[in-house]
Amino acid sequence: MAARVCRAALLPAGCRLLSRVWQRTGPVSCTRALSSNLGEEQPNFPGSRSKWTEKLDFVQPDLYDGIPVYRVMDRKGQVIDPASDPNLSEDIVIKMYKRMTLLNTMDRILYESQRQGRISFYMTNYGEEGTHIGSAAALNDEDIVYGQYREAGVLMWRGFPLDSFINQCYGNEADMGKGRQMPVHYGSVEHRFVTISSPLATQMPQAVGTAYSFKRAQNGLCVICYFGEGTSSEGDAHAAFNFSATLECPVIFFCRNNGYAISTPTSEQYRGDGVAARGPAYGIATIRVDGNDVFAVYNATKAARHITVNENRPVLIEAMTYRIGHHSTSDDSSAYRSVDEVRLWDSTQHPIARLRAYMVHQNYWDEAKEKQWKDDCKRQVMQSFARAERRQKPSWKEMFTDVYDDMPQHLQDQYEYMKAHVDEYQDHYPVKNFVKEM
Amino acid sequence: MAGALRKLSAAWRMGRQSVLRPVVQTGWQHVRDSSHFTYYPDTVPESHDETQRLNLFQSINNALDLALATDDSAVIFGEDVGFGGVFRCTIGLQDKFGKDRVFNTPLCEQGIAGFAIGSAVGGATTIAEMQFADYIFPAFDQIVNEAAKYRYRSGNLFSCGKLTIRSPCGAVGHGGLYHSQSPEAYFSHTPGLKVVVPRGPIKAKGLLLSCIRDDNPCIFLEPKVLYRSAVEMVPTSDYTYPLSSADILLEGEDITLLGWGTQVHVLREVAELAREQLNVSCEVIDLVTILPWDQQTVCNSVKKTGRLLIAHEAPITSGFGAEVAATVQSECFLHLEAPVERVCGFDTPFPHIFEPFYLPDKWRCLSALKKLMNY
Repeated sequence: MAARVCRAALLPAGCRLLSRVWQRTGPVSCTRALSSNLGEEQPNFPGSRSKWTEKLDFVQPDLYDGIPVYRVMDRKGQVIDPASDPNLSEDIVIKMYKRMTLLNTMDRILYESQRQGRISFYMTNYGEEGTHIGSAAALNDEDIVYGQYREAGVLMWRGFPLDSFINQCYGNEADMGKGRQMPVHYGSVEHRFVTISSPLATQMPQAVGTAYSFKRAQNGLCVICYFGEGTSSEGDAHAAFNFSATLECPVIFFCRNNGYAISTPTSEQYRGDGVAARGPAYGIATIRVDGNDVFAVYNATKAARHITVNENRPVLIEAMTYRIGHHSTSDDSSAYRSVDEVRLWDSTQHPIARLRAYMVHQNYWDEAKEKQWKDDCKRQVMQSFARAERRQKPSWKEMFTDVYDDMPQHLQDQYEYMKAHVDEYQDHYPVKNFVKEM
Repeated sequence: MAGALRKLSAAWRMGRQSVLRPVVQTGWQHVRDSSHFTYYPDTVPESHDETQRLNLFQSINNALDLALATDDSAVIFGEDVGFGGVFRCTIGLQDKFGKDRVFNTPLCEQGIAGFAIGSAVGGATTIAEMQFADYIFPAFDQIVNEAAKYRYRSGNLFSCGKLTIRSPCGAVGHGGLYHSQSPEAYFSHTPGLKVVVPRGPIKAKGLLLSCIRDDNPCIFLEPKVLYRSAVEMVPTSDYTYPLSSADILLEGEDITLLGWGTQVHVLREVAELAREQLNVSCEVIDLVTILPWDQQTVCNSVKKTGRLLIAHEAPITSGFGAEVAATVQSECFLHLEAPVERVCGFDTPFPHIFEPFYLPDKWRCLSALKKLMNY
C-alpha cells in the first residue's frame, strides 16, 4: 500500500487524477497520512518549481496569440512611438544605410559573377541586410561574432574591406583563408568574426563556450551567435540554449527567421510559436523583432547586450524577416514558392527601402545622393572585383599547411610526393594559376 | 646475436619481477584471475626523484591538478565531473580550484564538444570529459567537422588547439555494448586531430599534460580497466612525454608485437609465453599515439624482426591495425618474412557475456604468433 501511495505522489497531474478515481473505491487514508507528513502546500520535487493543481489540464501551445513582433518604424519609415526612437546621429544612420546598400551591390555583382562561372558559389543577403546592420551597430566592435553564412553585413559594418570579401570568394593568394573553403565562408581576427563553416548550428554551442571564457576573463564583452530558423532544429541549437542558461554565459542568440530553410517552409520546420517561444523554456530572456526594421533590431540588440554583459545570462532575439533571394546560386527558389510572394516582400517591406524612407523624412538623403552613392558602390565593387580576379591562387603547398600547428612527418612526406609528381606531370595540372611554390 | 639479445631481455624481465611482486602481494591476485591481462608496471624514469604510488585515475587526477595549477585559464567540465567524476578522475579539483573552473554540464555530448571548442577558441585551456568513449558519437560532428578543421579552414586565423577531450575507453570485463568500445580508428581518419592512448599511470600523466599543452585538439582515451588496477610509482613533478612517439618496451629479435592501451600488457605476457614456450624473442612496442603515429619506430622494428603482429580490442575491419599493416607492407616489403597479422576484436558489437571470447587475449595472440613464426 505504501508503495502505491508513493507512486501516486510521483505521478504527473493527469495520472494523479486516475489514482484519485481509484481511491474513491479503495482505501484513501494512506494518502492523507502522506500529505500531513510531507506538507502539501507546495510540491517539493527537485526538478521543478510550481504549485499543485487538482484540475487535469494540458498546457496548450496556442494559449496565447504568439510572442509579439517589436517594431520601431512602420513600413513607410515613420517612427511609431517617439519613446522607442534610438535617436541615432545622422552619421550613424547614413553609415547604416551605406553599408546595407554596399552589401546589396556586392551581392548583385557576385551573384552575377557566379552565373557567369567566374566564382563557384555565392549566397546573397537580400532582405536580411537590416538584421545584420542593426545588430552589428548595437554591439561593441570587440564582441565576438559567430555566424552561419548569411551575415556578411556584420562584417561590412565592421569595415571588412570589399577586397577581403571578394578575395575569399575567388580563393586567391590574398584570401586570408588560403582558398580552402567555399565562397562566403568569411572570417577575420581583426573584425572579431569567427570563420564561417558549412555544418549548420555547430557554431551555436561554440559561441556559448567562448562566452563562458569571456565571463571568466571578465573582459566586459559578449558573444553574438547568428543562425537561421532551419538551423534552430539541429541538436546543437538545443545544446547551445541549454548550456548558455545553466552555465550563465554572456551570449546573444540572434535567429534570422526568414521563412525558409532552402525549400522547407517554417510549417515543416516547427509547430511551436517560432523560435522565440523556445527561449523561456530554457530560461532565456527572449524577444521577437521586425527584422526589416533596422532600428527595432538595433534597440533589441543593444538592450540584449546590456542584459547579457551585466547579468551573465543569455538572451534570444528572433528577427522576423523574409529571404528575398534564392537560398544560394545552386537553388532556384521559384521551384517551391511564387514569384509574386517574393515581389511582395521586395517591394513593400524591404529593410533598405524602409531606412531610406526614414532618411528622406529626416532630410538626411535625397535622389541625387542616392544616385551618386549607387554609382560609387558599383564602382568600388567592380574595381575590387577586377583586382581579385587578376590575382593568382595561393601556392598549392598551402593544401598541406595548418592541418596541425606544425606539419607532421607523414604530411611532409605527402607534400614531397606531390611536389615530385607535379614536377613530372605539370602539363596536367593548373600550375600556372597558382603562386609558384614557396 | 639473437641469443645475446634474448638473454638481455630475460635479465631485464628478471629486474621487473621485483616491481611486480609487491603488487601481486597486495591483494592484486584477484584481478589477475578475473582479468584478461596482467599489468606490467613501468619503472620511474631515473631523472625523477620524488614519486608517489598512484593508480591510473589518481595519476590523471594529478595531471589535471597540475594543469589547473599551472594555467589560470584552464577549465575542466563534462557530465558529473563536479563531484569527482564517475571514475574519480576529477576528485577534489572543484574544491581546490572553484566551481567556475571545474563544473558539470547538461547531459549532452555534442554540447560538451561544441562548448569546449568555443572555450578553446576563446583562449581558455579546455579539458572536456566524455563519460564513456561509447558516448562520444553524438559529438562526432563537432569533433570531426569542427575541432579537427578549425585551423585549416580559417587559414590559421582561428584554432581550438587548446582543447583536450578525455574519455574512458576499452573493455572492462562486463561493459557490454556501450561501456567497452575503443573508437580510436574513427578519429584516426580525421586529419587535424591527435589521438593518444596511455598504457599506465606514469605515461598517462605525462601524455595527458602533453595533450593539454599541445596546440592541437587532442583526444585522450583512458583504458578504464586500468583506472584502479594499474598501480605504479609516479613522479610527483610536472613532466610531459612527446606525442607521436612509440615506446619499445621490450627489445626482441624475431617478431614485433604492436599494441596500445591495455593490449600492451596482453602483448607483454605473450612475449613472455613465447620466450618460455617457443624460445622466440619478441619486440613489444606501445604505439602510444594513434594519430599522427610513429611510423619510423614501427617500421625500423619490423625491418629488424621481419614479422609483425598487431593487436587491438576494436573490431578488425578498418581498425587502426589495418592502417599500420598497410604502411608496413609498403615500407618493409623486402624485410617481411610472413604476412602482417592482426589479432583484434571481431566484427561484432562488443558483447556482454561473451567478452572472454571476444577479446584478442593472450592465447589468441600466442596462437597467431606461432603461425607467424612457422610461416
